[in-house]
Amino acid sequence: MSDTTVEKNERERVITIADTHRWELGENLHDSIIESIFLDASLISSKVVTSDSDVKRTGWEVSLDKIVTSRWLGFPIMFFMLAVVFWLTIEGANVPSAMLADLLIGQFHPMLKSFSASLGIPWFIDGFLIDGAYMAMAWVISVMLPPMAIFFPLFTLLEDFGYLPRVAFNMDKLFQKAGAHGKQALTMSMGFGCNAAGVVAARVIDSPRERLIAIITNNFSLCNGRWPTQIIIASIFIGSLVPSHLAGLASAGAVVGIAVLGIVLSLVFSWGLSKTLLKGEASSFSLELPPYRPPRVLQTLYTSLIDRTIFVLWRAIVFAIPAGMAIWFVANVNIGDLSIAEHFINSTDPFALFIGLNGVILLAYIIAIPANEIVIPTILMLTVMSAGIVDAGEGTGVMFELESIKATGDILRAGGWTVLTAVNLMLFSLIHNPCSTTIYTIYKETGSAKWTWFASLFPVVLGLVVCFLVAQVWFLFA
Amino acid sequence: MNTNCETCPVHNLDNLVKLGVDMDGFDYVVALAGNPNTGKSTIFNNLTGLRQHTGNWPGKTVSRAEGGFKFSDNKFKLVDLPGTYSLLSTSTDEEVARNFILFGQPDVTIIVVDSTKLERNLNLVLQILEITDRAVLSLNLIDEAERKKIKINVRELSKQLGIPVVPTAARTKVGMEELLKYVHQVATGEYICKPHRIESYSKKMNNTIKELSNELKNVFPDLTNERWVALRLLEGDQTIIDSVRNGEVGNISVGSSNLISEAQL
Repeated sequence: MSDTTVEKNERERVITIADTHRWELGENLHDSIIESIFLDASLISSKVVTSDSDVKRTGWEVSLDKIVTSRWLGFPIMFFMLAVVFWLTIEGANVPSAMLADLLIGQFHPMLKSFSASLGIPWFIDGFLIDGAYMAMAWVISVMLPPMAIFFPLFTLLEDFGYLPRVAFNMDKLFQKAGAHGKQALTMSMGFGCNAAGVVAARVIDSPRERLIAIITNNFSLCNGRWPTQIIIASIFIGSLVPSHLAGLASAGAVVGIAVLGIVLSLVFSWGLSKTLLKGEASSFSLELPPYRPPRVLQTLYTSLIDRTIFVLWRAIVFAIPAGMAIWFVANVNIGDLSIAEHFINSTDPFALFIGLNGVILLAYIIAIPANEIVIPTILMLTVMSAGIVDAGEGTGVMFELESIKATGDILRAGGWTVLTAVNLMLFSLIHNPCSTTIYTIYKETGSAKWTWFASLFPVVLGLVVCFLVAQVWFLFA
Repeated sequence: MNTNCETCPVHNLDNLVKLGVDMDGFDYVVALAGNPNTGKSTIFNNLTGLRQHTGNWPGKTVSRAEGGFKFSDNKFKLVDLPGTYSLLSTSTDEEVARNFILFGQPDVTIIVVDSTKLERNLNLVLQILEITDRAVLSLNLIDEAERKKIKINVRELSKQLGIPVVPTAARTKVGMEELLKYVHQVATGEYICKPHRIESYSKKMNNTIKELSNELKNVFPDLTNERWVALRLLEGDQTIIDSVRNGEVGNISVGSSNLISEAQL
């Protein structure tokens, strides 16, 4: 006992000595330490570095930065780049999507069915596995693989080249004006890839207040799982509003519009939070622009295909298989005369139609809480089933041959979809609860159940309100 | 037929076995530290064969990533730390890096710098060298520096810093072999570093640091970076004051990993 007391006293003595010296050395100690380090660094650097030119950044980089971060051209260039990426994705994905759907759904599915019939497998096992699990997987692959395989490499090339930090640079002043941290521009941009990653990235923000704002609003960045929904719905409904040669442009424009709306919401709610629940001053910060580097095309193609496309696709498949089973289950298990799904859809339809969505979409979003990626396949399967488009399918809750995005559109229209439904689905896809992974990440990062609930529920409520308002305006003019 | 270069171990990546996430029974722990966007994760991927996401983007890595590799019959555990500009502030990413170098006591720290911005990167290098004596400098993005006609005297830099300096271009895997050779030599004690200590402090400051670090050494005989702890005490760093008060600072030794996990969250 006495031994530890002696040790304790010794330790306290050291701390006291340090305290005394701290007073003697004065309050500028921290600055003087940093100054000494800087002085040493510049002494060493002057001994070892020789540079032929005093210009640290080469000429073209400076000129390019002047253009892409300029006050007038910065934002138009940003929107234009985004639009080009989406346009290429939309135009390029159609044909391979149709080919995959034809192969997986048009050819393999009947083969599997007749194979299982020849084995005499009972209808409910056959339905559960082939019409439920396999079909959901086939749908996820044919609907999502082509857009992702085009979108992610393009996006990664922009990132590798060094353009994304310029986007953040353009945005950071806005975030500071909104009472948030300028670095939130970075975490927001990462959210365009994956919200869970964006939430983790918020660790670069020192102040807990600003970090929480960045975490809560990250969900307004459209993520990997939601891009395909936006792209497909825009191609079907927005593209068809204009002459066909302009369809790609109009669809791309609509997707850019939604993405930009997400950025605006992010700013507005950061501002709102910093004025109400999370009051405080914004800390100052200056973002540094990394150099432009020639994109490594082959490596980018490889990593974006393996790391992102296959990763997201795999995640989608993993979640789609149980979701497919759930869909088949709710569509085939009857309570009274109607299936569980029809009960749900019928009872929520009045409310859902009132806010410009429909019961199918609401059910799809409940089934798809684990992953946003499977929203579209779920909606398609449920629509077909509830609209009773008999000649197209072989049984309830089964997906079938859809030759192209156009055919997908026909199904949706037959299910009672209008342009309003499409617009509101795009809005709701932007503004709804984060996926389960992100919710879990928010909990891990904030350690607070209260903020996790807030971050999960407030976007859904907001989304429903926005859809309601849009629907009312629509009904007024339609 | 073989030229000297082909048979020389320095130019032969045959010595490197990438072990991915297999880190069982490693002999040495190696940390990767440096400013943001200097290529730490690229080096990490080159050595471990893992595919930690890299990008031209400061702040990619916010938590630690770990992987393993084998070189010259020794197994190494490699820890990729978040990029930071200094070790003196209090944001989470800087604390992760600082606590690991301090409490995790890696056998070797690879400090990755951007050769095109050496002077600014040196600020962090000098801070790291105040904490640890075993480090190797990776003078990365050397190809970009060459393109910008920046010349760096590697020998002189190594002399000034007292640690091995290796020019590298991680994106094209240039210099990885030599880097590994030095990491191996420092880890095994074949190469003894004489790390640079800050010289520009005022006389008064220097005396105070000396006095306080002597006191620390008396109370905590096992402490290896008493100079840095003294500095932090003088600055009034509460985490360090607490760890002195409860005696934890004395327990800092190789492999005290329980401290890291506490310090992390």
